[in-house]
Amino acid sequence: MTKIDSKIPQGTIDKKWSDYKSHVKLVNPANKRAIDIIVVGSGLAGASAAASLAEMGYSVKVFCFQDSPRRAHSIAAQGGINAAKNYKNDGDSVFRLFYDTIKGGDYRAREANVHRLAEVSANIIDQCVAQGVPFARDYGGLLDNRSFGGTQVQRTFYAAGQTGQQLLLGAYSALSKEIAKGNIQMYNRHEMMDVVVINGKARGIIARNLVNGKIERFSGHAVLLCTGGYGNVFFLSTNAMGSNASAAWKAYKRGAFFGNPCYTQIHPTCIPVSGDHQSKLTLMSESLRNDGRIWVPKKKEDAIAIQQGKKTGNDIPEEDRDYYLERRYPAFGNLVPRDVASRAAKERCDAGFGVNATGQAVFLDFAYNLKYKYGKTEATKKGIHSPTEQQLYDLGKEVVKEKYGNLFDMYMQITGENPYEVPMKIYPAVHYTMGGLWVDYNLMTTVPGLYALGEANFSDHGANRLGASALMQGLADGYFVIPYTIGDYLADEIRTGKIPTHTPEFDEAEKIVKERIHFFVNNKGSKSVDHFHKRLGKVMWDKCGMARNEKGLKEAIEEIKQIRQEFWKEVKVPGSDTEFNPELDKATRVADFLELAELMCTDALHRNESCGGHFREEYQTEEGEAKRDDEHFAYVAAWEFKGNEIQPQLHQEQLVFENIKLVQRSYK
Amino acid sequence: MKLLLKIWRQKNANTQGKLVEYVVDHVSPDMSFLEMLDVLNENLVDKNEEPIAFDHDCREGICGMCSLYINGRAHGPQTGVTTCQLHMRSFKDGDTIYIEPWKANGFPVIRDLVVDRSAFDRIIQAGGYVSVNTGAAQDANCIPVSKQDADKAFSAATCIGCGACVATCKNASAMLFVSAKVSQLALLPQGKIEAKDRVLNMVKQMDTEGFGNCTNTGACEIECPKGISLENIARMNREYLVATLSSEK
Repeated sequence: MTKIDSKIPQGTIDKKWSDYKSHVKLVNPANKRAIDIIVVGSGLAGASAAASLAEMGYSVKVFCFQDSPRRAHSIAAQGGINAAKNYKNDGDSVFRLFYDTIKGGDYRAREANVHRLAEVSANIIDQCVAQGVPFARDYGGLLDNRSFGGTQVQRTFYAAGQTGQQLLLGAYSALSKEIAKGNIQMYNRHEMMDVVVINGKARGIIARNLVNGKIERFSGHAVLLCTGGYGNVFFLSTNAMGSNASAAWKAYKRGAFFGNPCYTQIHPTCIPVSGDHQSKLTLMSESLRNDGRIWVPKKKEDAIAIQQGKKTGNDIPEEDRDYYLERRYPAFGNLVPRDVASRAAKERCDAGFGVNATGQAVFLDFAYNLKYKYGKTEATKKGIHSPTEQQLYDLGKEVVKEKYGNLFDMYMQITGENPYEVPMKIYPAVHYTMGGLWVDYNLMTTVPGLYALGEANFSDHGANRLGASALMQGLADGYFVIPYTIGDYLADEIRTGKIPTHTPEFDEAEKIVKERIHFFVNNKGSKSVDHFHKRLGKVMWDKCGMARNEKGLKEAIEEIKQIRQEFWKEVKVPGSDTEFNPELDKATRVADFLELAELMCTDALHRNESCGGHFREEYQTEEGEAKRDDEHFAYVAAWEFKGNEIQPQLHQEQLVFENIKLVQRSYK
Repeated sequence: MKLLLKIWRQKNANTQGKLVEYVVDHVSPDMSFLEMLDVLNENLVDKNEEPIAFDHDCREGICGMCSLYINGRAHGPQTGVTTCQLHMRSFKDGDTIYIEPWKANGFPVIRDLVVDRSAFDRIIQAGGYVSVNTGAAQDANCIPVSKQDADKAFSAATCIGCGACVATCKNASAMLFVSAKVSQLALLPQGKIEAKDRVLNMVKQMDTEGFGNCTNTGACEIECPKGISLENIARMNREYLVATLSSEK
């Protein structure tokens, strides 16, 4: 059994990182140029890591499957990025951000990593502002903040509803700067197909040029996977169409352990599914919960009338509305963490109170705050003493438009309804995966030289990620963690020299990739790739989604095996492998989802407790809250690949809480 | 709805392309335009024909990857949206829809509706950044920025780099794209240090890539899905003039 060592430094929590930085091994500037680093993925983690490492002097190669590194899906993050700056003077601190993140993650994250994340959070904001990221500012010219779920301070920095875009373009500009200098070689429209491991160390990758289908070899002294999460296992998610798990999955099959695969985040505020044609789901930022109140009708007959289209939300009088989050969680109200909000929505809809034709939606209503919070303030500012309802509406609408205009427009485009006039309808959807490749404190996987950053690793969010923390983690890993921790490994590589690509290991990896591709284009099956992906997605959503149970998970595992078998018999990929062929790209990705899905269910089945995004129906409190079992499950489940169709081996990393007491999470 | 589609098919950059007709039936008004193409592609795969290649990724209007010229307009008939945000309720039963790729010298076709926009990356590499290395920044609130400037910089920074401005322009000019980045950084104190070199180098790269000149038709502003303003082009021209007259290089 491989022992897993998290390599957490000694010392008190607030000293670990600074002591580590003072003592970590360094690589001198002259040696850095001779060291090659491969970065797969160009999102926040990948772009920031690549730029920072190139600035330090390493030779970096970056790969992305899109037509430009600026398209990575980090760009779609809306609401904001957390940082313990305490610019609002509301008592924020590194410790509070650390505490909120551990608690928000339902006590399933590693203390040392999370504390480090909180420590570097403030530097991220400094770095981004220096790059020219146009964050929102107040009238004094200083940075503005807002609140996000699971916190009681205002620590979220934002750029309207496009924070991810602005941060990614900042990282992309840094990446571009280094490409221009020749320190980074950029490979667009390239997909990583396998990791090459030589003598136990990651030494390169096999990549496919998506334009002409050529299989290419690249070597490096270290390989960084910054390839995002695996939410697209579910077919329908808020991820981009191309987001995939293949890089992480290939790493797993080459010996990297997979951490907590069952921890998936179902985001409470997405636009509900409209029909079978649906290709993806669209998120409505969590920031909307600052001003939107979530409710369903109190009376079943009202809900039914709405479902049948006989009534609308506006027809329901105030006293007949059930603001169920405010009712159940008075302390946090509409700003409870995502897992709690999602389950509460499901609970109401399952009880028959849903508010669209399918009964799978709840209202997110801005009317109250629009008029009585913003309208009133604006009226007072303008000296209007007894404003009419219409005046309040008009004045408030302007403020809401400035804050959330692009989100409201997006909603209107998709649904054809005007959220300034009728309440939005929302429902939970798959959004983020907390699980990912297991990494130690250095962000290294169990394969030496192979690192995982950002959403691709499992490390900082435990069983549930707080809003505005994904951007923080991606940039923390790339700008401020990996530039230090990678030295610890590379210091011993300075005598290795250029790594050749004509070795048996590269030959073998390339052969496997080519065989698989050859199979796809020659298998004259009867069903499209999407056919299988949709079936897989349905099994996962029904049985490994917001609520799971033993019976369902066991069934899911059998069903996934069956879909997988059928896929390898019946999949049809038109076109050839020597041309631009998006169907072939999809086939290679879905083949991996079909394996990963089973591991997710296996993990969910073994974890006999509920925590964060992992809710096992057998384990809940009387009020329906997640019930942890700290005695038996306060560990990270790290799964080791043992061979195709063979049960993977479980390794446990015990989580030690020295600074935060484990209690039942309460937002009441 | 039942629709007649006339779609540009082109095997690769070296072969001639042509418009090919397809009929697609049972289109729901709630579908997005790309979901309608997904349905067509499913049908083509079923019939053992090669599906239509088109670029797309986030499908929520922010990544800038989708890029269709629909009935003679970049991103279709609506304003302020990308193709992926366009929904079929904008069309009616029996419509004929022409679907073509971006057409510009700077954007060679890769296949069908997919074009190569790496010229945009090279323009950014020519100067669309602030030369600050990781770790060298001071506290974020050290330099206040007036809200007005910050808001204007943000508006310019919302460009998604889709290339609709180029596709729309009769000169295939990339001025709106380039000026958006020049403006964002020129408006912020952090970008001022390198402002002169930036505008000179980015404009030079733009010309090298084969994009045409601006003749102030304003079509780019109308078709830009993010509403990037022409004001940015004016600002870039001003920056360019000042840089040309006063640059010490």
